[in-house]
Amino acid sequence: MKEKNSFEKAIIKEQIKLDCGEYLHECQVAFKTFGKLNKKKTNAILICHALTGDQFCTGKNPVTKKNGWWNILVGPGKVIDTNIFFVVCTNVLGGCMGTTGPSSINPKTKKPYGLEFPVITIGDMVNVQNKLIEKLGIEKLFAVVGGSMGGMQALEWASKYSNRINSVIPIATSYRHSAQNIAFHEIGRQAIMADPNWKKGNYYSKKNLPKRGLAVARMIAHITYLSEFALQRKFGRNLQNSKFFSFGFDTDFQIESYLKHQGISFVERFDANSYLYITKAMDYFDLSIKKGGLKKVFSEKKLKYCFFSFSSDWLFPTSETKTILKALKSINAKSSFMEINTDKGHDAFLLDEPEFHLGLKKFITGQIKEIKL
Amino acid sequence: MTKILRKDLIKISSLIKEDEKVLDVGCGDGNLISYLSKNKNVDCRGIEITLSGVGSCLEKGLNVIQGDANFDLEDYPDNSFSTVILSQTIQAMIYPERVIENLIRIGNRAIISFPNFGYWKVRGEFLFSGRMPKNKILPYEWFNTPNIHLCSYKDFYDFCNLKKINIENFFSLNEEGDVISNYFLINLLTYQVIFCVSKK
Repeated sequence: MKEKNSFEKAIIKEQIKLDCGEYLHECQVAFKTFGKLNKKKTNAILICHALTGDQFCTGKNPVTKKNGWWNILVGPGKVIDTNIFFVVCTNVLGGCMGTTGPSSINPKTKKPYGLEFPVITIGDMVNVQNKLIEKLGIEKLFAVVGGSMGGMQALEWASKYSNRINSVIPIATSYRHSAQNIAFHEIGRQAIMADPNWKKGNYYSKKNLPKRGLAVARMIAHITYLSEFALQRKFGRNLQNSKFFSFGFDTDFQIESYLKHQGISFVERFDANSYLYITKAMDYFDLSIKKGGLKKVFSEKKLKYCFFSFSSDWLFPTSETKTILKALKSINAKSSFMEINTDKGHDAFLLDEPEFHLGLKKFITGQIKEIKL
Repeated sequence: MTKILRKDLIKISSLIKEDEKVLDVGCGDGNLISYLSKNKNVDCRGIEITLSGVGSCLEKGLNVIQGDANFDLEDYPDNSFSTVILSQTIQAMIYPERVIENLIRIGNRAIISFPNFGYWKVRGEFLFSGRMPKNKILPYEWFNTPNIHLCSYKDFYDFCNLKKINIENFFSLNEEGDVISNYFLINLLTYQVIFCVSKK
């Protein structure tokens, strides 16, 4: 398969203890790098992807044939400038783009794991990333950056490996998944598991995959990434094909057509079981329940934090970031924060938001000077 | 380096000792805290309401949170800074009383500077033109001014007595930004004033 060669793979040979108590005896990490690592190895930025993202944060994605999900921000001369930085982006543990996940072959059974894959957490994902960073010989990352679930990973890095990073940039994220967020994820998971083709996760050898369920899960999730205002502005009550109602259950409205398109195009590139595992990892995420709470979790004094939130994001509203900031204020951490005014909802972190991009650029510029890169 | 600082900020910076821990509330472009961290090894934090201000601070490598002093000071623990600075901002606060209480709670002392509304030219302008006074530091029209709680030197002095706030010292500046020492006519001659206050 041609596209399999267009990213790198690393095999982590050592045994990895997972938060659930089980062990991964060997683990493959699929990743992409952009730019060059400097001699002192001080210019590496780790970019963490969101729930349905992958290692192709910029350039052409060989699977979708589309631009990478953060093409707008990452590349030569861009905000995260690959002429200056060595960018590393990994597919998360549990993913389906080359890193070990439920669709990988279980060495014990020589068959795809399916539901025999152990349940993973954001912490496990970060541990695996850390092993890769070690393998690449990078002692200290210039920054860990990520939005949404990528931001959760960035925060996990800050809590676990703060001595190995100069700065952390969590975007449109939180220290925990809220009840509402868990609720939406659960509906998505139920949709997948209700698909007769799901077959308790053992569908890999079958002709029919649980595409219907996964598409519905994606459709639900997609609504949470937008905002009511943006939906109204973009689609209103516009009809898709004609001036008249069909008085049936075919697609009448543009918003219906849009969501169906989102669902259908998603199932071509994503594994249903990976969706189950990764959404669960997000739901389990809560840094505040760790011993000592958030104040203890973020106790490293040298680390620089730069948070971004978006005013119309109701999945990870600004109030979540402010809760983290409160803890950081109480320990006099070096934190910065910007709330970007936008009507584009949670998705804004992936879109053309000039104020966000400018703010991020300025933070990076400031940090380049600070550490004399 | 001090060239880029406003005159009142030069005076304020001279009041900060080496190695202090400072919070600048309404830090704007961050010129003051940038100066303090570079020249006096001060550990600085900032709050700024405008995105452009926060951006300029980030570019200088400063740690600045976008926030509103009316609401966002509550999160800081007691005595978490040696000095908290509020320069040329108190008159634009919705709740100046609450803000000042927070400033002296968060900091061992607060340095508060503001334009003196008792300045003779301000009084003269209002007396003779009958219209809201304007000058270099009060450049707005009545209908678009952010300055909703203007006060005079005497007003602030009385406020501190009323609230049992300790006035450690104060500095009167003339229009050129130089410190004047005519205490007899102080409320008339002061263009802007800097108060250093703390809890009693």
